[in-house]
Amino acid sequence: MIPTILLTSLLIFWAMDLTGGDPVQTILPENATVEQQEALRESMGLNRPFFIRYFDYMLGIVTGDMGTSYVTKLDVFDTFMHRLPMTLALGGTALLISVIISIPLGIWTALNQNTWKDTLGMVLALFGVSMPNFWLGLMLMLLFSLQLHWLPSGGSGGIQYLVLPAMTVGLGLAALITRTTRSAMLDVIRQDYITTAKAKGASHHRVIYTHALRNAMIPIVTAVGMQFSLVMTGSALAETVFSWPGIGLLIVNSISKRDTPMVTGSIILCCILMALINLLTDIIYAYCDPRIKAQYSSKG
Amino acid sequence: MENKMENSHEITSAELKQAKGRSLAQETWRRMLKNKGAVIGMIFMILLIIVALLAEFIYNYDTDIVAQSASSSFSAPSAAHIFGTDQFGRDIFARVLYGARYSLLIGCGSVAFGLLVGLLLGSLAGFYGGFIDNLVMRANDILYAIPNILIAVVIVSLLGTTPLSLLLALSISAASSFARIARAAVMQIRGQEYIESAYAMGLPTWKVILRHIIPNCLSPIIVQVTLAIGSNIIAASSLSFLGVGVAPPMPEWGAMLSDSRQYIRSAPWMCIFPGLAIVVTVLALNLMGDGLRDALDPKLKK
Repeated sequence: MIPTILLTSLLIFWAMDLTGGDPVQTILPENATVEQQEALRESMGLNRPFFIRYFDYMLGIVTGDMGTSYVTKLDVFDTFMHRLPMTLALGGTALLISVIISIPLGIWTALNQNTWKDTLGMVLALFGVSMPNFWLGLMLMLLFSLQLHWLPSGGSGGIQYLVLPAMTVGLGLAALITRTTRSAMLDVIRQDYITTAKAKGASHHRVIYTHALRNAMIPIVTAVGMQFSLVMTGSALAETVFSWPGIGLLIVNSISKRDTPMVTGSIILCCILMALINLLTDIIYAYCDPRIKAQYSSKG
Repeated sequence: MENKMENSHEITSAELKQAKGRSLAQETWRRMLKNKGAVIGMIFMILLIIVALLAEFIYNYDTDIVAQSASSSFSAPSAAHIFGTDQFGRDIFARVLYGARYSLLIGCGSVAFGLLVGLLLGSLAGFYGGFIDNLVMRANDILYAIPNILIAVVIVSLLGTTPLSLLLALSISAASSFARIARAAVMQIRGQEYIESAYAMGLPTWKVILRHIIPNCLSPIIVQVTLAIGSNIIAASSLSFLGVGVAPPMPEWGAMLSDSRQYIRSAPWMCIFPGLAIVVTVLALNLMGDGLRDALDPKLKK
């Protein structure tokens, strides 16, 4: 993970260096003299070679200083942490919505394979996969806030502001997880142990939820875990559409303002977040699959 | 010997045909035609490609696509403008049709380029393992960690907001996913006996990879190609929507949607139709991809 973060940060730092424009012009008022600009450049260390600046920046990170934004003059780490709960709330609700919709739908379509119910579920899921997330957001906004006036069209505040962005991200995700759940269930319900369970006289409910779903969980959890990066990008788009003040909007805005410390810092923090999510996925694996748990406990 | 000759005379032409069987490609094609969704998707894509190719002859880019006429701005869909007009009075139907070229070009181009690079790197990594594998996979991890949008920002600001730079930006992430798939497939095939016998016949490594390994791992890759074109069309429009893709006034679907956002209250048709165009196109591609996967791996369907 550490080499990945090192290299990622180097690449982003380099990328922002190539495209960043001149931060001095962002910071100083427009009527600043050339001398003032040069003095600021010198004091910020912008005249030094690229690798020295990068090394200096990384040294700062190791000691817990991620720098300050060129635009807002606020500490990057604080800003990120201030915005993080918003994105976690959005991502978490979206994930919840998608799981509530997709797992029952996936099971239902798998159990009714090759009937109209299966076709209906799969057509819906296919539509969901084929739809650009931000467009779904625009359509939801058009319907629920501009036509029906049920929900606000953007901003943040009470729970009513969360509904539309979370639906936007959640529905797109639900489509993907439905497809995975269906195929995982189809794999499992043909296994011998399902026949055995049925033969033992276990109830339909027990066979499906205890024997089949439990075994189908691994690919489903993998799919959900893998989609986390999608949740982040999806959130960036949904946040832009609904002006939800989360990390996605922060990064998108900082990129357009060429705010190098903000972009670099946020993305490094996102990488760490991703790594934590992957760890969480692995822990859930162990919970779902006793064989994996046994592997860990035997190692100590 | 004579006995055998006699036997072969008795084989009827129908029997011979059956005995010869079909090639994998023919068999796949036959199964694909049985899948209604895949056929619909295929027909739509063929139509769309024809439209994209002919758009240039139907419409004049300067007068029909980008020319502004304030008098007809924000007209709702009507017989004259079936998709309505935008804030500059441009016909949205014409722009959507014309925009198909950009979306298809970017979608197919980025996948083709990504496929070339990804297949090469992935199969080398899967075949040799060790250092090369490590190098390719770590590079992959890094690409995975950097948001697409940032890669796009870098490339777009170096090369300008043109379809070509968007194409390049998207091909990088496509390459990384193809490298993963190719690596997994090659690793699975590498240990097979027919690879060993190819070596025993004295073939050089590059020939083994090119002639025996890559053809045998094509089916997951072909499926991924179809699906990746769709997802790259979505990604391209998302990037244009965020303002780091194709710049207006080019009628790229995502750029049109980005434009439409501020008029969503007064002119909702501006954001409905370009979005529908994306949905239908990607849907057609996904139907084809699903059909192709079922056709290549009939076990899944049963």
